[in-house]
Amino acid sequence: MTAVLPTLDLDPFDPEVLRDPLPAQAALRDAGPLVRLPRYGTWAIARYAEVHAALSDWQSFESSAGVGLTNFRTETPWRPPSLLLEADPPHHDAPRTVLAKVLGPRALRRLRADWLADAEALVADVLGRRTVELDAVPALAAAFPLRVFPDAVGLAREGREHLLPYGDHAFNAFGPTDNPLVLAGNASMPEHAGWVADQCERENLAAVGFGADIWAAADRGELTHAQAPLVVRSLLTAGVDTTVHGIGAVLHALAVTPGAWQLLRERPELVRVAFDEAVRWESPVQAFFRTTVRDVPVGDAVLPAGEKVLVFFAAANRDPRRWADPDAFDLTRDPSGHVGFGMGIHQCVGQHVARLEAESLLTALLARVTSLELAGDPVRHLNNTLRSWESLPLRLTC
Amino acid sequence: MTTAARSTVRVAAKEQVADGVVALTLVDPDGARLPDWTPGSHVDLVLPTGDTRQYSLCGDRWDAHAYRVAVLREPAGRGGSAWVHDELAVGDLVGLGGPRNQFRLVPAPSYLFLAGGIGITPLLPMVDAARRLGADWRLVYGGRARASMAFLDELQDPRVTEWPQDERGLLPLADLLTGLDDGTRVYACGPAPLLDAVEAACPPGLLRTERFVAREQGAPVRDEPFTVVLDRTGAEVVVTPEVSVLEAVRAAGADVLSSCRQGTCGTCETTVLAGDPDHRDSVLDEAERAAGDCLLVCVSRSRGDRLVLDL
Ligand code: FES
Repeated sequence: MTAVLPTLDLDPFDPEVLRDPLPAQAALRDAGPLVRLPRYGTWAIARYAEVHAALSDWQSFESSAGVGLTNFRTETPWRPPSLLLEADPPHHDAPRTVLAKVLGPRALRRLRADWLADAEALVADVLGRRTVELDAVPALAAAFPLRVFPDAVGLAREGREHLLPYGDHAFNAFGPTDNPLVLAGNASMPEHAGWVADQCERENLAAVGFGADIWAAADRGELTHAQAPLVVRSLLTAGVDTTVHGIGAVLHALAVTPGAWQLLRERPELVRVAFDEAVRWESPVQAFFRTTVRDVPVGDAVLPAGEKVLVFFAAANRDPRRWADPDAFDLTRDPSGHVGFGMGIHQCVGQHVARLEAESLLTALLARVTSLELAGDPVRHLNNTLRSWESLPLRLTC
Repeated sequence: MTTAARSTVRVAAKEQVADGVVALTLVDPDGARLPDWTPGSHVDLVLPTGDTRQYSLCGDRWDAHAYRVAVLREPAGRGGSAWVHDELAVGDLVGLGGPRNQFRLVPAPSYLFLAGGIGITPLLPMVDAARRLGADWRLVYGGRARASMAFLDELQDPRVTEWPQDERGLLPLADLLTGLDDGTRVYACGPAPLLDAVEAACPPGLLRTERFVAREQGAPVRDEPFTVVLDRTGAEVVVTPEVSVLEAVRAAGADVLSSCRQGTCGTCETTVLAGDPDHRDSVLDEAERAAGDCLLVCVSRSRGDRLVLDL
């Protein structure tokens, strides 16, 4: 091995990069299948084929050393590690099995009609008689998941305002611990984390819901009672911000892509495609780290054992080696196989929940709204892991 | 004999591992990763005889490119095991369903594993998992005679007790199953009389067993083309053995999303309005399969000539 591996002096957590990550992603893809990032003593994989392979290969790329920059082998995580995201087989098996069942497509069937009715009610509330201008982030993208998801989990009404800041901080914390976004969130974190931890306890969860289902699995012996609250915590950490930003992404994409809303009105059966295409196009979760357990070939290079590597979902989802015209939001393409939800044993266990939320809201909007367009400049919300909008001014015409 | 291009594995090795027992190493025909699995999983092997037989995965899940199953020659059994022993050769292709897991290892501080004969197979990966989890465990492995007991060489561990019947008699179940701690989970697999005896002797709530019961199947699994009807548009498409239902319905204009294309993620689930599904996925449990009202179209197929989908 004499080949010099490509090295980029690039900080994926720099605020300017977070504001517009596409040039950095292209640079990483073009530099090679495996790129050294000396800034943090780490590596990056950004091409689709290698990202897909690394995500599938849990045997070589472990998660239990943390999926952020912090290496749990040598540093202390800011909270007890997740039993799902930050675990490997065999420890990962039981929590994953339980949650996959609780959030599976057949478990969601009983929610479908209610969620559509909820979406119709929300849309009726926000729409005026003819044209309305609104900030779609609070009014729709955040309002809808916050309306249906905490109820579906079985959370108390009191204190739900902790959910979004808690998730936002958890996703920031995958970045460098001395990064301004992390430092800014640290002060209020104990309060949010304390509330979230309380909600995971059985006595604070409704008798019916995802939370109760998880505790029932513990009663059946499929989890230990010590694991149950941490599995509930995973729902609350990863289940709110991500769907808010996913819905924000699809609304933004539909507003800025000429003809997209009209096409969707003509062919409403494309709503599911629209959401997955938006997840590909925007990648609300941009990247996670893995840690190598052995020397692993990546492309024509070898990634040494014990190294942290940034696996860049967002870059893979726009890799021209995989996608024709990758920067276009295109309702006529098949976005299947995108890695916006990850891939393999750690693939987003809540993906069917996210799809049902988006499908419900879009279906309700399509029934009423004849045109959807930007009413001002959208503003980014910066996060070390998530790609999202702070505000998204839209004009909706009935 | 043609076999569906999807959900097919190639026999990479066939080895006698004990009297009357062969182990098969199965790989993807193109050398790809095989679908992920957990200890206790089985696969359906769809044999050219038309039989579907279930075998526990007993290999190493840290090797994503090979499955191992072990097959006991059952003189009284249906044709499947004799065919595997006598006809199946290295290089042959067989149809694959699953893996699916109905015998999951639940978290516990300690485990007692009880194996009878070929029942050792699902327990091998469980023993490995228990080791990695740092749990207390013990395996008692009974068999007719030492020569009939597969994988003894892989079980060289002070926590394993070998119990060949010709040397030591029947498994001392009463002793093994008394005084167990409440936190212990007992996993037993073996012939029905052994499992009946374990069930009778084991304190309630601690025991998990696996019995393979021959399921009533509809029409036999088939390699011939079948027709899929897209109910919403009325379009009909013929699914040949070389393509998946997913590929066929997409070519016919249905916008079905998929992700893993291995029958593990659930994304491509499609409602079945009529027909007899041939389930090959890892997602649906027994009741859901029996209901026959949905299909993971990336891997699953049809037993009958026609399948009507809500597309
Ligand atoms: S695409 Fe994952 S189950 Fe079919």
